[in-house]
Amino acid sequence: MKGKLYLLRVLQYAFLLSCFILAVFPFFWMVVGATNTAVDIIKGKISFGNQLIPNLNRLFSDYDVTGIFWNSCKISLLTVLGQLLFSSMAGYGFELFSSKTRERIYGVVLLTMMVPFAALMIPLFRLIVSFNLLDNHAGLILTSLVSVFLVFFFRQSFKSFPKEIIQAARVDGAGEFRIFCSIVVPAMKATYAAAAIYAFMTSWNSYMWPLIVLQSNEQKTMQLLISTLSSAYFPEYGVIMTAIIISTLPMICIFFSLQKHFIHGITGSLKQ
Amino acid sequence: MAEKLPPLTLSSLDKKRRKVSFNNRYGWFFISFCLILLALFMLYPIISSLIMSTFSSRGMISRYVGLGNYKRLLHDTVFLQALKNTLLFFIIQMPIMLFLALMIATLLNNKAIKFRGVFRTGIFLPAVTSLVTYATLFKMMFSLEGFVNRFLMTTHLISDPIPWLVDPFWARITVMIALTWRWTGYNMVFYLSGLQNIPDELYEAAKIDGANALQQLGRITVPLLKPIILFTAVTSTIGTLQLFDEPTSFASGGVTAATIGPGNSLLTMSVYIYNLCFKYMPNFGYAATVAYVIVILVAILAFVQFKLAGDRR
Repeated sequence: MKGKLYLLRVLQYAFLLSCFILAVFPFFWMVVGATNTAVDIIKGKISFGNQLIPNLNRLFSDYDVTGIFWNSCKISLLTVLGQLLFSSMAGYGFELFSSKTRERIYGVVLLTMMVPFAALMIPLFRLIVSFNLLDNHAGLILTSLVSVFLVFFFRQSFKSFPKEIIQAARVDGAGEFRIFCSIVVPAMKATYAAAAIYAFMTSWNSYMWPLIVLQSNEQKTMQLLISTLSSAYFPEYGVIMTAIIISTLPMICIFFSLQKHFIHGITGSLKQ
Repeated sequence: MAEKLPPLTLSSLDKKRRKVSFNNRYGWFFISFCLILLALFMLYPIISSLIMSTFSSRGMISRYVGLGNYKRLLHDTVFLQALKNTLLFFIIQMPIMLFLALMIATLLNNKAIKFRGVFRTGIFLPAVTSLVTYATLFKMMFSLEGFVNRFLMTTHLISDPIPWLVDPFWARITVMIALTWRWTGYNMVFYLSGLQNIPDELYEAAKIDGANALQQLGRITVPLLKPIILFTAVTSTIGTLQLFDEPTSFASGGVTAATIGPGNSLLTMSVYIYNLCFKYMPNFGYAATVAYVIVILVAILAFVQFKLAGDRR
């Protein structure tokens, strides 16, 4: 019996370890690739080379990487702020002040999650053209200021918020918007952190919609830069790897700094 | 989903009315911003493209065709290929990924396993990469002379290089591997959060009653995780049917290439929509029709999944 249990443990660790290695290996390969030439990468070399500086030089001299990076940052930060504010307000409104009409609206809002972006793409594109926002970051940000998934996520999380605190604040004469801003938001930090990671991830990583809206080189985002680099006739793999690292680094930093909240936030929203 | 109204314990009708109007005033206030934005950037496009799908256009000229676009789909070989490719990803890749995620999550929920935090972080890490990034990365790793072939050949698992990305069959396999790499950890986190809400006592009791690991999975874990499994299944279905970034990034030449993947093996419905709008002579009406096929398929598949889960709501 004991030997059998031991064998099971070994198998479990072996399974987890192989999953772990498979998951992490491409990251390692990406870092190694940035230090090698295109020929070495294609040949599958997996040791560090000395080409990091030349690769970086090529990337920064051929493309306006700082400008493109800044574009991505600006778009993502504004989108995240908008999504957090509007989605959490909506989730709060739906949860705390429910009525029959609003429940029906909530149902319709959730249903729109099923509609693929491809179906919205064409009318949205026309809308952006008629607003004169084509090739403009505002067009990109404006269309993604609210996220249905986050409305759902916030509402689920507000369910576990103690209603007595809100009642007490009302008795003390605080206005509803003030209660929301100075009591509810600070108390739900973990939820906001999880939502922020999610929103930043989707915005930073989005590709299709920026590809359609942004057309000139000055307006491009990091993802568009990578796809331009990799669809070239003679792709410079080492240079691509450096660009990939630059575009992945912010995500990894944010994830590691907010990781604790992320897991807590998701757990909190699933409790109901 | 319907929430109960707050219990009406107040005796006078007046107080009740005042409460309803108070509720309404703030209820509408809090959701108004979201509703305006959604009406403009969600509801309007949905309705507009539904109307558009009854028109056929060539450039600037368009004419009303009713359901003609939907009939045209049935004879459109490119569309049928895109449909087949998309469904292949749905049928093969999605179940494997969700099962794998559930396996890893149950293992990581076992308190006897050490280094759970490290495993969890590492396995989730792929989920932070952008779709373009990981597709590009995998394209390089799976090139004919690339790392993967070299590794498999030096370990003598294969004698000839596998034509990843050159052969239609292997191109699909490559994309499936990449998709599994990217999304397994993402789904795992949801399962892990759900598992933490299942009290350990249940498993203790099951163990005392002599239930083995498989029985515990089938009788306790899966039934209690049902809402979350359903959630991941529906979101994965939506994601898979909308597949766009990966196929275009894997295809040599990107979106502008003549075929997406060898023999159009990676052409998905969303890519076809993009092509109809921005690559060929634009036919927005027909593109909208293809988009609505995705909507209908998602609705059907989600409905089936809800029914299978036996969810009464």
